[in-house]
Amino acid sequence: MLRYAIRRLLFAIPTLLAISFAVFALLDLAPGDPTAQLPLTIPPETRELIRQSLGLGQPFPVRYVRWLEQFLANEPLNLAEVLFGIEIGDSAGRLRVSSWATRSPVVDLIAQRLPQTMTVVGVSYLVAILIAVPVGVFSAYRQYSVFDQVGTFITMIGFSVPTFFTGTVLIVIFSGALGWLPSIYDTTHRVTDLASFGYQLKQMAMPVMVLALFSAAQISRFTRSAVLDTLHQEYVRTARAKGLSEPLVLLVHVLRNSLLPVVTVIALGIPTTFAGAIITEQIFRINGVGALLIGAIEGADIPTVQTVTFIFAGLIVFFNLVADLLYGMLDPRIRYD
Amino acid sequence: MTRLRTPILTALAIVTLAVAAAAERGADGELRMLYWQAPSILNPYLSGGTKDIHAASLVIEPLARYDENGDMVAWLAAEIPTLDNGGVARDLKSITWKLRDDVVWADGTPFTAEDVAFTAAYCLDPSGGCASLASFQGVDAVEAVDDHTVRISFDVPMPFPYAAFVGSVMPILQQRQFENCMGARAPECTEENFAPVGTGPFKVDEFRPNDVVRYVVNERYRDPDKPAFSSVLLKGGGDAVSAARAVLVTGEFDYGWNLQVEPEILQDMEQAGKGEVVTAFGTLVERLVINKTNPDPKLGDTRSTYQDGANPHPFLSDPAVTRALSLAIDRDILVEAGYGSAGQVTCNALPAPAVYASTANDWCLTQDIEFANRVLDDAGWERGRGGIRERDGVKLSILYQTSTNSVRQGTQALIKQMWSEIGVETELRNINASVFFGSDPASPDTYQKFYADIQMYTNNFDGTDPQAYMAGWVCDKIPGPENQWNGSNISRYCNPVYDALAAEFAETGGIERRAAIAKRMNDLLVADGAMIPLIHRGEVAARSLTLGGMRHNAWDATLWNVHEWHRIE
Repeated sequence: MLRYAIRRLLFAIPTLLAISFAVFALLDLAPGDPTAQLPLTIPPETRELIRQSLGLGQPFPVRYVRWLEQFLANEPLNLAEVLFGIEIGDSAGRLRVSSWATRSPVVDLIAQRLPQTMTVVGVSYLVAILIAVPVGVFSAYRQYSVFDQVGTFITMIGFSVPTFFTGTVLIVIFSGALGWLPSIYDTTHRVTDLASFGYQLKQMAMPVMVLALFSAAQISRFTRSAVLDTLHQEYVRTARAKGLSEPLVLLVHVLRNSLLPVVTVIALGIPTTFAGAIITEQIFRINGVGALLIGAIEGADIPTVQTVTFIFAGLIVFFNLVADLLYGMLDPRIRYD
Repeated sequence: MTRLRTPILTALAIVTLAVAAAAERGADGELRMLYWQAPSILNPYLSGGTKDIHAASLVIEPLARYDENGDMVAWLAAEIPTLDNGGVARDLKSITWKLRDDVVWADGTPFTAEDVAFTAAYCLDPSGGCASLASFQGVDAVEAVDDHTVRISFDVPMPFPYAAFVGSVMPILQQRQFENCMGARAPECTEENFAPVGTGPFKVDEFRPNDVVRYVVNERYRDPDKPAFSSVLLKGGGDAVSAARAVLVTGEFDYGWNLQVEPEILQDMEQAGKGEVVTAFGTLVERLVINKTNPDPKLGDTRSTYQDGANPHPFLSDPAVTRALSLAIDRDILVEAGYGSAGQVTCNALPAPAVYASTANDWCLTQDIEFANRVLDDAGWERGRGGIRERDGVKLSILYQTSTNSVRQGTQALIKQMWSEIGVETELRNINASVFFGSDPASPDTYQKFYADIQMYTNNFDGTDPQAYMAGWVCDKIPGPENQWNGSNISRYCNPVYDALAAEFAETGGIERRAAIAKRMNDLLVADGAMIPLIHRGEVAARSLTLGGMRHNAWDATLWNVHEWHRIE
């Protein structure tokens, strides 16, 4: 198992390098100009100087290697310095990946935004799992019942209606018509007491609902089909024939076996949820990583886009690995060695 | 008795004043503003983006500002230097600013002329990529004469010497803070760029780039009674429609910036009774820029290049055609459909300030299809197959491009229809704004390359003096491969008369004479068909009905007088 994990980790290195090159090259070749957003009152000669000051004068390979060095060597070193309060080498002269729009290190921007994304995405994913698994199991157990039909209908809606639509609908209903929930996420809000915690719950309610609906739809469909597969297995019949109670059959014999593919789906879904959060964050003005990415794309802030995209790619590789390893741990029949 | 009464009264007066003052500053709680484009950095010199300039304008201030009428108001300066008060030299080669002596930086150190001189040096450093560099054009030296006097000297006589340090684009930075951030080091000073020390009514409390800025009162602000708000929250992100909704419908915010939204949507939202839409008109003109050179793809590398006049446009170089195109447009419909109260019809490249606005082109204000047809008939453009006019085998077939934006696409469709009535065929194209306004020399789709016959966008200039703006149409500024397509004369318009006027403009003093020249230049641009002005666009914002003291301003940042904003019931 350990050998397998190490082998996979080593294999991830060339994969990530290839991804980094693809991401960097694609974004670099794509048309776009960081000075495009500036007012036309700034004359073209000044724009050229601004571009020079952003380092755009250098050739592509030089910029790629510099970005790699900054992201893969300088940033981890800086992180280590911050975490352990030590100084490694010439830390003042070390260049970090810098955003063109804010002129500050991209990794600091991401670190500033990660908590918001984590709370909203994390909570919504948890909510999604808590809803989706029971719904999926029950729908399968009572296949074609009213519950199953309604569940199928709702999950189909959640699956096929995009989050930017459900988000706007929720805003129109709950902040516009009813006035219960704030439509704009207050990112400066701090939880200090019960009242402020209540407000935090209120402002998180809508984005969490939107994201949870989207992920829950996916997960519950998978759970339902996995449970359906298991229900028709011979050992389930045997269990019933032994005279075990239905809850016992369902929760022990069926659920444990059918959760294997579901775990994989949940693990693989985490990076996808980050991607889904991009749009939700934009709608509710949550200053998460997704909003950072959208803003950077609009402003042609290429270093930020490259770094965030690469981190997303890294997340996908990582959770793929996690899913594979979990599979091996949960299912004793699977051995990698 | 009287001897006793005076001190008592004085004491009473002092107490009352003190109470009044205490009740004034910071008494109105939090001001909440919504900018759907979030500020990225609070140092305008490193950004140039309007959102960043506005966000910084609460903190750092220039020597003078423009008020809502476009008049200059002394800000950190004690007075506006003029020829009469001796501030501007007789030979127009220098200007001397006297600074207020009651200004201190938020950190308690005095504001001096050295800071002004430093700010100039900071921006003039070529490796810093300063966005306001052009405002220092012709500046020879900026020197501190004494603690409260700054002299800016010029290489050549400057009839309008107020380009530097006037308006929110060019605030004064503190030398003490930015000393180590010159040139190539400028972008590395994240801490400084995110929280500049200023002299303004507020100081930065917390800044999260591309998200939110929180300001608190600057206790050392020079007016002890102001500002009325104790803190400001400037939230960013989202889109214009939802920003308008947050101010006008839900009332969550007091002020919403730059709400270019379809007029009927805004009117609908205003019905909720929480706020109102305000518009201010500056110099912004939505225009059709005419390509005076031939953009035919068959020409290869020489398409849309000037070639010293050897590559004229097959039909747009004929002023009769551009005149007919202009006459055929019903500008009222364009305003009604896309701009509402945020637009006015115009026939001028230079619609404001009022003194510069010409009336010679008012023939275009009302649509006249019949006359337009006659103009084309007289010029020999006859209707051929399919009703499209042609002359000597050249068809009036136009490729008309603009940036992707729902209002612009609506305008495009309307104009295409209007032109079809005079026998002109139009093909429409729209390009993503970040590509269109980008200046990637490798991209064929930039507005500078102009691989089309006509393109539409908006342009204006900072402040109130049009000299640099009008000089943008001289022959030297035609973009082409030799200058990496960097040039402001996008029309590729070249007229020696115009060039001579531009040179004369740069040497002429006195507002009346300058206005006369500017009008002639404006009229030449329109008559020769370098551009077809369409709409004089206003800056639209929304304010809550509980927000008082706001004087919406298109000549400076709209937050220019934020120290006077207050809460009303």
